Amino acid sequence: MRVLVCVKRVPAPGAKINITDDGQAVDATNLGHTMSPHEECALELAVQLVEVHGGESHVLTLGTAEAEEQCRWAASIGTTKATLVDAGSMDWDPQRTARALTESIRSIEEADGTFDVMIFGNESADTGGFQVGMRVSRALGRPMVNAIKGVDIADGVLEARRETDDGFEVYKLPMPCAIGVKEGITWPRYPTMRGRLASKKLAVDVVSSDATPGGQTKVRLNRPEEKMSETIILGEGPEAAVKAVELLKELGLWSEGVAS
Amino acid sequence: MSVLVVVEHDRGQIAQASLEAFAFAGGIAAQLGVKVDALLIGADALDLADECAAHGAATMHHVPDAAVTDYGPDAYGAAVAAAVGVLSPSAVVASGSDRGNEVLAYAAADLDLPFVANCLEVKTADDWEMTRVQWGGSLNEEARLTSPMPIVSSAPHSVEVGEPISGATAVVNTLDVSLPESLLATMIHDRIVLTEGVTLATAPVVIGGGRGVGSAEGFDVLEALAAKLGGVVGCSRAVTNNGWRPHSDQVGQTGTRIAPQLYIACGISGAIQHWVGAKAAKKILAINIDPAANMVVKADYAIIGDLFEVLPAITNG
Repeated sequence: MRVLVCVKRVPAPGAKINITDDGQAVDATNLGHTMSPHEECALELAVQLVEVHGGESHVLTLGTAEAEEQCRWAASIGTTKATLVDAGSMDWDPQRTARALTESIRSIEEADGTFDVMIFGNESADTGGFQVGMRVSRALGRPMVNAIKGVDIADGVLEARRETDDGFEVYKLPMPCAIGVKEGITWPRYPTMRGRLASKKLAVDVVSSDATPGGQTKVRLNRPEEKMSETIILGEGPEAAVKAVELLKELGLWSEGVAS
Repeated sequence: MSVLVVVEHDRGQIAQASLEAFAFAGGIAAQLGVKVDALLIGADALDLADECAAHGAATMHHVPDAAVTDYGPDAYGAAVAAAVGVLSPSAVVASGSDRGNEVLAYAAADLDLPFVANCLEVKTADDWEMTRVQWGGSLNEEARLTSPMPIVSSAPHSVEVGEPISGATAVVNTLDVSLPESLLATMIHDRIVLTEGVTLATAPVVIGGGRGVGSAEGFDVLEALAAKLGGVVGCSRAVTNNGWRPHSDQVGQTGTRIAPQLYIACGISGAIQHWVGAKAAKKILAINIDPAANMVVKADYAIIGDLFEVLPAITNG
């Protein structure tokens, strides 16, 4: 089985996300970088699928040259091939990104064969465009379902489960196909020493793209207005429970008759 | 001309998210001086005509394909793309839900048009100016959209649903759109129901636990209060990472976004990833030993104390 996993290098913010003075980017000074949480799980899934079904997993990313770090991380988990589309900046719009990825996947598949499964994160942690995976899948003519939190493969059919309020919706996709996954579909492992050594030897194929921009342009980032009102302290310790019950009654959420 | 709302429904039951989409579309339509229309897909969608009218739709465009008996991204996405071809709307709007964003991404890909997901505000002009959500709601992006036919989704929980207009009836227009059978391959095949009754997304009150709960067993006091109030227990990412609760209980950017009447956040520091999933709650009560915790500072109400003492005291009234 051939599995592709697409990841995006993003800053790893702490308690607060700061913006650069020109409003164009997250201020990543003093911040490490990672891949989006959904994609950490996508990567783990790609490696697991190859462990179970055999074959090869390939990581693909688009970003700055530094995104090589995420390719090597993927290799330390267990992918064996890597392609980095060097976009020079992180600011490619979703259409341009999808065009470049599609182009890159076509050329990888020409050399190595069709991917049975392409795995994307449901949305990137930073820009959250909710579309790159679907655009790539449409361009390549493969079925795709997003928001997936469970997968099984048997007899050329991929069963994908999407979490809903009360359980799961089950989809059956003929392969080759694509899925967009959410955090929780797998537990990402930590790299082993052997994995770390392998990642150092990985040859990352850096490619360029002349994909044309789409119609969405970032003007600037800003911080949403937060509520400015003071927190009302109801009290300290269990004595404050009376106030909490009063609040629950006021909001109509307290019913005397219900046994605890 | 009209702003076309793609209505999300589950086997004939309209999604709350779509009511938000109607409110959002109403704002855009008012700026453009056009009406709001609805696009309903599937035979069982027709019953929703009056409900859509009550939320502002003038005409209900209906794709009645009898084979579309349930949701599927291909059938829905292709139906939207085909409807756009027939109707030439001014814009297409859906809610920024799993399905809404998926369907608009599909249609935008097939139409080779931009799609701007999870918008908070739109100013129409030659190029639209939009404010949209980044980082799950931690940051806003001001964006410019150059498109002959804007396709946008509204950020979940960001618009107030309007009061339904009583007695409104919609004009139904059946669209002559036929969907190839191959598109049915991705239709929902089956469902697994795990919870009956209230869920994280629908509960009037959610009791959330964080690192401060300390263990899986520690959640017993939260469960007890949830049972008393008819609420549901949620948790932070630290909790699922520790394996104390399943990921399906996680509230946050990569978990469920909740919007209850009251969120009781217990032993939760209020990391940004959690906050963006909880901030749509009408009121937040934080229970924490640390008065400087981010969650306490941002909450409407707070009790400074040990959750293992405070919660049982509330439960016992």
